Amino acid sequence: MREVSTEQITTAVKKMALEAAYELGDDVRAALNRGLDRETSPTGRDVINQLLENADIAKEGEFPMCQDTGLAVVFVELGQDVHIVGGDVNEAIQDGVRQGYEEGYLRKSVCHPFTRQNTGDNTPAILHFRIVPGDGIKITLAGKGGGSENMSRVMMLKPSDGKEGIKDYVVQRVKEAGPNPCPPIVVGVGIGGTFEKAALLAKEALLRPLGEANKDPELAEMESELLDRINKLGIGPAGLGGRTTALAVNVEMMPCHIASLPVAVNINCHAHRHKETAI
Amino acid sequence: MSEPIILTPPLKDEDVVGLRSGDRVLITGTIYTGRDAAHKRLVDLLHEGKPLPIDLAGQIIYFVGPTPTRPGKPIGSAGPTTSYRMDAYSPSLIQQGLKGMIGKGSRSQEVIDAMVRYRAVYFAAVGGAAALISRRIESSQIVAYEDLGPEAIRKLEVRDFPVIVVNDCEGNDLYRDGTEEYAVK
Repeated sequence: MREVSTEQITTAVKKMALEAAYELGDDVRAALNRGLDRETSPTGRDVINQLLENADIAKEGEFPMCQDTGLAVVFVELGQDVHIVGGDVNEAIQDGVRQGYEEGYLRKSVCHPFTRQNTGDNTPAILHFRIVPGDGIKITLAGKGGGSENMSRVMMLKPSDGKEGIKDYVVQRVKEAGPNPCPPIVVGVGIGGTFEKAALLAKEALLRPLGEANKDPELAEMESELLDRINKLGIGPAGLGGRTTALAVNVEMMPCHIASLPVAVNINCHAHRHKETAI
Repeated sequence: MSEPIILTPPLKDEDVVGLRSGDRVLITGTIYTGRDAAHKRLVDLLHEGKPLPIDLAGQIIYFVGPTPTRPGKPIGSAGPTTSYRMDAYSPSLIQQGLKGMIGKGSRSQEVIDAMVRYRAVYFAAVGGAAALISRRIESSQIVAYEDLGPEAIRKLEVRDFPVIVVNDCEGNDLYRDGTEEYAVK
């Protein structure tokens, strides 16, 4: 059995929290450049150019890409042959988030739901564990912004709504979100499972690199059709009108109850903060 | 695109009435920050008939909660937050003489109506261009509600701060019109 220390985990999480806030992913940069090539609105082109310049400034390491550096959502794929030593793994991850947000001058954006009192260190982060075969650990950190998260929804459709109903719901959701979630956006769609699993699938869909289609040809086609329909809405960069409303639509699906058709739409802004580490 | 309009607060009615939805504007001078919690406190004071900690007449409020300031810098990253969360409060502040708001995202009809009635405008800054925007902020000073941390009210000195007029005081809306222009039917 392979031993991994909580210290290694804390260090990895801290590094990812920092990098996610300062370094725009290569996949996102490429998608913004593709958008620039296609965008017909002068204002839309101006906005995309500003976002690319913004990413260059952030990369210098003094100003995070966005003032909303997010609520940290951490996904852990824990190999069943790993033995974690040195303390509580949950606390090790929270410590990594705490240290990363403090040392990186990142905004602490977590508060009590009623009093709105800030917890002061951006914890608690949201943790999702999955036990997998093997002796490795894969940790993914997403710094989820509030503006785009607020535009996300879970909907329990009727089985009779079918595939068309799902597609219409996703497009309608993006239309209603309009300029609010900082377009161009990334759209994560979770289909099936249960109420909470659909939401988790939608969030996991956001972790797939932009431009990489679902391996299932039917879902890949659905992603492509949804992206096309969303970019015809006219919302555009910053919502000021244009053809680049979404950079990608990623769909994940699993079986559901015979009575149900859960659909979740998780919207992410163009900062699309997420980093991955293998230990 | 046409040349940007230069504005320096405090703004008078005549500065505001000439602005049209879609105009690019560069702001130089003093603006104030405020978001959810600060807005609630300001409006609570108005309801209690008490004075506000800042005089809003002619001023612009920027909806932002910046990242912590690094040593030697005037401010951290400071891009706009989503404005609809301030919709419940903005009409009361517009009534107090507030002339401009900077944020991102659509406003409610109540806010749009208040802008028409009392002559005020809503500007958008580019959401997520926070590092770029921070370079146009020359100084930052907390003037109220320090206990709110990133949500405290700050007085900012800005130079060539880039915004675009979304809602003018004739009820036009760039989000609606821009989307209609580029929608493929």
